[in-house]
Amino acid sequence: MAAPIGSTIFGGGTIQHFRPSSAVQRTEAARASGMGSAGLARLQGLFAVYKPPGLKWKHLRDTVELQLLKGLNAGKPPAPQQRVRFLLGPVEGSEEKELTLTATRVPSLIDHPLVRGLAFTSLKVGVGHRLDSQASGVLVLGVGHGRGLLTDMYNAHLTKNYTVRGVLGKATDDFCEDGRLVEKTTYGFLTSPGKLLQPPGLDQVYCQRSHQLTIDHVTREKLNRILAVIQGSHQKALVTYSNLDLQTQEAYEMAVSGVIRPMNKSPMLITGIRCLQFAPPEFLLEVQCMHETQKQLRRLVHEIGLELKSTAVCTQVRRTRDGFFTLDDALLRTQWDLPSIQDAIQAAAPRVAAELKKSLRPWLGTQEPPGPGQPWDSERPRSALGPESHVGH
Amino acid sequence: MALSAQQISRWLNSSKLSSFMTALQLRRRFQRPGTTLSCGVFAQPHVSSEGCFLQWGFRTYRTSSLWNSSKSADLSRQEINCAQSTLLPSVNEPSQRTPKIPSLDSELSLEGLDDVPPLSPLQPISDNEAVQIIAGPPLPPSSVTLRDYVDHSETLRKLVLLGVDLSKIEKHPDAANLLLRLDFERDIKQMLLFLKDLGIEDTQLGPLLTKNYAIFSEDLENLKTRVAYLQSKNFSKVDIAQMVRNAPFLLSFSVERLDNRLGFFQKELELSVKKTRDLVIRLPRLLTGSLEPVKENMKVFRLELGFQQNEIQHMITKIPKMLTANKRKLTETFDYVHNVMCVPHRVVVRSPQVFNTRLFKVKERHLFLAYLGRAQYDPTKPNYISLDKLVSVPDGIFCEAMAKASVRDFEKFLKTL
Repeated sequence: MAAPIGSTIFGGGTIQHFRPSSAVQRTEAARASGMGSAGLARLQGLFAVYKPPGLKWKHLRDTVELQLLKGLNAGKPPAPQQRVRFLLGPVEGSEEKELTLTATRVPSLIDHPLVRGLAFTSLKVGVGHRLDSQASGVLVLGVGHGRGLLTDMYNAHLTKNYTVRGVLGKATDDFCEDGRLVEKTTYGFLTSPGKLLQPPGLDQVYCQRSHQLTIDHVTREKLNRILAVIQGSHQKALVTYSNLDLQTQEAYEMAVSGVIRPMNKSPMLITGIRCLQFAPPEFLLEVQCMHETQKQLRRLVHEIGLELKSTAVCTQVRRTRDGFFTLDDALLRTQWDLPSIQDAIQAAAPRVAAELKKSLRPWLGTQEPPGPGQPWDSERPRSALGPESHVGH
Repeated sequence: MALSAQQISRWLNSSKLSSFMTALQLRRRFQRPGTTLSCGVFAQPHVSSEGCFLQWGFRTYRTSSLWNSSKSADLSRQEINCAQSTLLPSVNEPSQRTPKIPSLDSELSLEGLDDVPPLSPLQPISDNEAVQIIAGPPLPPSSVTLRDYVDHSETLRKLVLLGVDLSKIEKHPDAANLLLRLDFERDIKQMLLFLKDLGIEDTQLGPLLTKNYAIFSEDLENLKTRVAYLQSKNFSKVDIAQMVRNAPFLLSFSVERLDNRLGFFQKELELSVKKTRDLVIRLPRLLTGSLEPVKENMKVFRLELGFQQNEIQHMITKIPKMLTANKRKLTETFDYVHNVMCVPHRVVVRSPQVFNTRLFKVKERHLFLAYLGRAQYDPTKPNYISLDKLVSVPDGIFCEAMAKASVRDFEKFLKTL
């Protein structure tokens, strides 16, 4: 390790820094997973995980952070550092026993891993649009510089897709299946129009008359009608909250083509809703919405139940798309480790950059200033309209 | 940092009293507290190999540790006080001057000090003396980390080479101060030899000492008594070594405490002596941990989960960890296994491994099997899936052997939950 540097060399002995500083080392090591600073360099960006139901988003974030730290710390320990000391001793090869100071490299334990501790002790991982504990689905996380991109993603106000499963027949206080039961109803009239009369009791009974021929057509059509009404009202709200003056030609065209959405805070808005399956008592809806919380989606199921003159609770809320991250991009629990996350970040990076650039640049058509009576959001000097809907219908 | 020889000689050239350029002058200049340079432990430097450089350097430092025992006062809670900091530069003074020092010391007396006028730093000294002044940067008197002292303390260096994790020990200021003041040859070596006699490998000494750094302050006789006690209870040497390895604090417990604990487990679990011994060898942290969780878990098994005593005994002997598991997790797991998966008690008893796995794993695998229609856990019926195997095999084997599907299908299914 240390070799005498020959005869007296004073001052400015080269102290080696142990960091794998040579470029050769880093490129060789960069391929290996982890490797400290090289691993960290590849860990900047956005990626999506699949949050399983029953797990709090904070615990998920902490788990991901721990796994990343484990991977980063698993890298090869640095080369042992040496320090220069000036030691007395007779000069080799000289005849007289004269003492001179010799600069010598002496191994130092200062940066030994057992003395310094772990190289990485914490890592900041940000969370995008949160999911509550019972919901599941795509959850976007950001590491390093990606945390800034999370803000950009938030400001892009992209829509999200959910599949929502509901069960007819009961109502609870928190709209979930395991909540406190508030009401039980029948839903038989939704399946068979023949059974119109139910014995009256504590349940609320509604007699329905149907004029349709087939059962499914009736029942499913009722649901579709309700969903259409919901979508319509939300469409109107979309235009209202986007602060557009519909008197202009461009705004009208955009409203007609359906690309308008609010670019500032607004209540939950549903841009699209349809029924995927209806097998009473269960039904499955696909909802495309923005500025939502999962609790509002469950309330939506409850309200649909009320509209159907029955009651419903929500059994599953699952996010299938968050902006431009879909189920295919989401990493499962077994893949929450450093190499998979690094690969996911690399894979998503070009798409993220393109989409964010597209959604944040001003609309090319409307360069004219806003009209006199429009309450433009003062925080957003740019135009509030995205170019086209990249929501991914 | 260090001055060149020319600079030093120029600096000290004009001194007529060069012979008085002794430790006294340097002592005065650097204002160190009273040092006793005549401890006579200085060694001759050997220049031949770099290994010897270290020996020389560190051998002299050893002396400083002797002086520190007097400085054990005012240790702050947060700081590791190295009172040898200001002494080390003086220790650095080369031993070439050893032959000179006794003679000079005899000359130097208190009265002599008053007569000699103080020399200024600008007075020149001979080249030889100049070269022998080594003024390195002083060690910090107190620090929050042992990194500052590891290069200057032979004890710390040897501990690091053994594998002791100083970064963990420095979080406990008392322990760190203790280690700084201990001497490797005198105190630590005895302990290490004792542990080696016990049967602990060299590689395992490091982690053990990291966990139980307080073992250095234990009396060797006490430790020997405890080992003798365990041997009297028919624990073999190998068993004792294994227990100490897995539970580093074991030997810090007094004989009465160990006795009480062994008795507790024997009484509470109503196991035979041999079975208790096996249990304790398998999970020695039962002896070092708290007993309250064990008592509560026994109540949970009996009252909440509804197992019989012999069933509990069977499960405990197979999976001793259940005794110290989290109560809430035990009940949640059992609730799912018994009520959702509809597995009766007798089948659960035969596969207690379910209590040792994460609940999400059990849930995910069960839901996949239920989706495929293969969720059958009754041994009397065909296509039986063993609960033990269900939770312990890795994903690949689970998908292939039990679910008869591919891992990709399993992943797709997981994304629908």
